[in-house]
Amino acid sequence: MALYSEKVMDHFQNPRNVGKMDDASGIGVVGNAKCGDIMKMYIKVENGIIVDAKFNTFGCGSAIATSSMATEMIKGKSVEEALTLSNKAVVEALDGLPVHKIHCSVLAEEAVRAAVKDYYDKNGIAYDKEQFCDHDCAHCHEHDHE
Amino acid sequence: MMVYADNAATTCVSKTALDAMLPYLTTCYGNPSSLYSFAQEAKEALEEARETVAKLIGAASAREIYFTSGGSEADNQAICSAAWSGAKKGKKHLISTKFEHHAVLHTLDKLKKEGFEVTLLDVHEDGVVRVEDVAAAIREDTALVTVMFANNEIGTVQPIREIGALCREKGIPFHTDAVQAIGHMPVHVQEMNIDMLSLSGHKFHAPKGVGVLYARRGMLLSNIIEGGAQERGKRGGTENIPGIVALAAALKESVEHMEENTAKIIPMRDKLFAELSKIPHSKINGSLEHHVPGTVNMCFEGIEGESLLLLLDAHGVCASSGSACTSGSLDPSHVLLALGLPHEIAHGSLRLSLGEYNTMEEVDHIIEVVPKVVSYLRNMSPIWEDLETGKKPHLI
Repeated sequence: MALYSEKVMDHFQNPRNVGKMDDASGIGVVGNAKCGDIMKMYIKVENGIIVDAKFNTFGCGSAIATSSMATEMIKGKSVEEALTLSNKAVVEALDGLPVHKIHCSVLAEEAVRAAVKDYYDKNGIAYDKEQFCDHDCAHCHEHDHE
Repeated sequence: MMVYADNAATTCVSKTALDAMLPYLTTCYGNPSSLYSFAQEAKEALEEARETVAKLIGAASAREIYFTSGGSEADNQAICSAAWSGAKKGKKHLISTKFEHHAVLHTLDKLKKEGFEVTLLDVHEDGVVRVEDVAAAIREDTALVTVMFANNEIGTVQPIREIGALCREKGIPFHTDAVQAIGHMPVHVQEMNIDMLSLSGHKFHAPKGVGVLYARRGMLLSNIIEGGAQERGKRGGTENIPGIVALAAALKESVEHMEENTAKIIPMRDKLFAELSKIPHSKINGSLEHHVPGTVNMCFEGIEGESLLLLLDAHGVCASSGSACTSGSLDPSHVLLALGLPHEIAHGSLRLSLGEYNTMEEVDHIIEVVPKVVSYLRNMSPIWEDLETGKKPHLI
C-alpha cells in the first residue's frame, strides 16, 4: 500500500498550473515556513469568473498535490463558487489523503479563499469580513515554536 | 536503477548471515530450554553466538551479553536498570544528550514521570558532545550517563572513550547506544570504559528483530520483559535463535571486513559531499572530522524534505529526511534542531547512508538526480522565490 493514492502522486509529479502569474487579480499566501508548508495561489478573474489559476508551493507531496487539484477545481468557476470549495472536496477529488495530511487540503482551501479576498480587496468589492479569518487556521496551532 | 542509500535505517541480510540462520529455522529448531539433545544443539548455537559477540565488542565475558529484540529494547533496559538501581541509593539524576534516538529520549521521559531529573546536554553546531559538558552536568545524585556512540541522522561520533573514563572515575554507570557504530567502526567496551551498550543486528546485515544489551559484570539489570529464566533471568521469552545466530555471523563478517568496507565507502561518501555541496545554498550537517563512514546529511534551502524524497524515489533513490512530514509530527527532526538549525532549514534535509554494497555508479546516479530534483522543487517554491528576489535573506 503506497503512502498516497495514484491521483495524489499524479498531481504531485505532474502538477497542473505551477508557476507565477504576473497579471493576477488576486494572490493568496498561506502557511508558514517553520511548519514546513507555504502555498501561494494566483487567480485571474474576468467578469466574476476565475479564468486562470496558478500556484507555487513549498511543502510535502500532498501540499503540492492539493495545490494542483485546488487550482484545477476553481478554474472556470465564479469567484463565489470558488469560495465554497471545501478541503473535503479537494481530498475527495484526490481519492483521499492520509489522516496526518488532511491539513494540507485545509491549507489549499485557505489559499483559494485568501486569493479571493485579495481580489475583493484590490477591486473594492464589499464582502462579509466574517467569511474570512485572517490567521493560519489550519496551521501550526497544535504547538508553539521557539 | 534502484539505489538503496538508506543503510542507517536498515540493511539487507547478508548471505553469510542468512546461511548461518537457515538451519535454525528448518532443521535445528529446538527450544534451547528443552532438555533433549536435539534442542541442546540450539542451546549450543546460542552460547556460541554469545561468545562471538562478546569477543567482537571487547567484553570480558560472554556472561555480559544479553540478547534482546533490538536496540530499542536494549536501550530501555539499560536506562531503566541504571535509573531504578540508582534510585535505591537516592540517586535520581540522569544525563543524556538532546539528539539521542527516541528509544533513549522517550525512556528518559517515562523516568521523568517517575520522579527522575534529566539533563540533556547540548550537542553544539557540529553535533559532538563535549566531555567538559558531561563533567559539568555530573552531580552527587547522578545515576547514569547515556550518550550515543554515533548519531543516526547526521553520523557524528561522540568522544565515548573519554566520557567513559570520566564516568568510571566518578563511579557513575555509563551507557551508550551504539546501534549506528557497531560493525562500522571499532568498538571495544573494555578499552572504551563502557558499562552498558546497545546494538541492533539489522544495521549490519543481520535480520530485524534481534539486538544485544552488553552489561558489564556488576551492573544490576531490571527486567523489561518478565518470563522464563532465559538470558540469566534478565530477559524472558524463548530466544530468537535464528536471529541471534545471524547477528553473530553478520557482526563477525562486518568486523573482519571493516577496514576494506570503510576504504570502499569513504570515497563514495566524500564524492557525495563534494558534489552535492556544489548545489547553491546547501549545508552539510554535523562535523566531518568525527563521522561514521557512510552517512551524509545535508540541507537544501527553500525546499521540503518529503517532496524531495518522493521525487528521489521516482528516480530510484531510497533516502530519508528529517522533515516534519516524514517524522510524522509537526516539528522537523529533533537532531537537526539540536544543532541549532532553524525549522525552515531543517525541513529541507536529506540523509543518504551508504553501505559496502553500494557502488560508485550508484553514487553517480544520486549526484545526477539530487541537483535536478532540488532545482525542480525550488522552482515551484514561494520561499525560494522570496530568497532569490531578495525579499528574504538566505540563511545558508
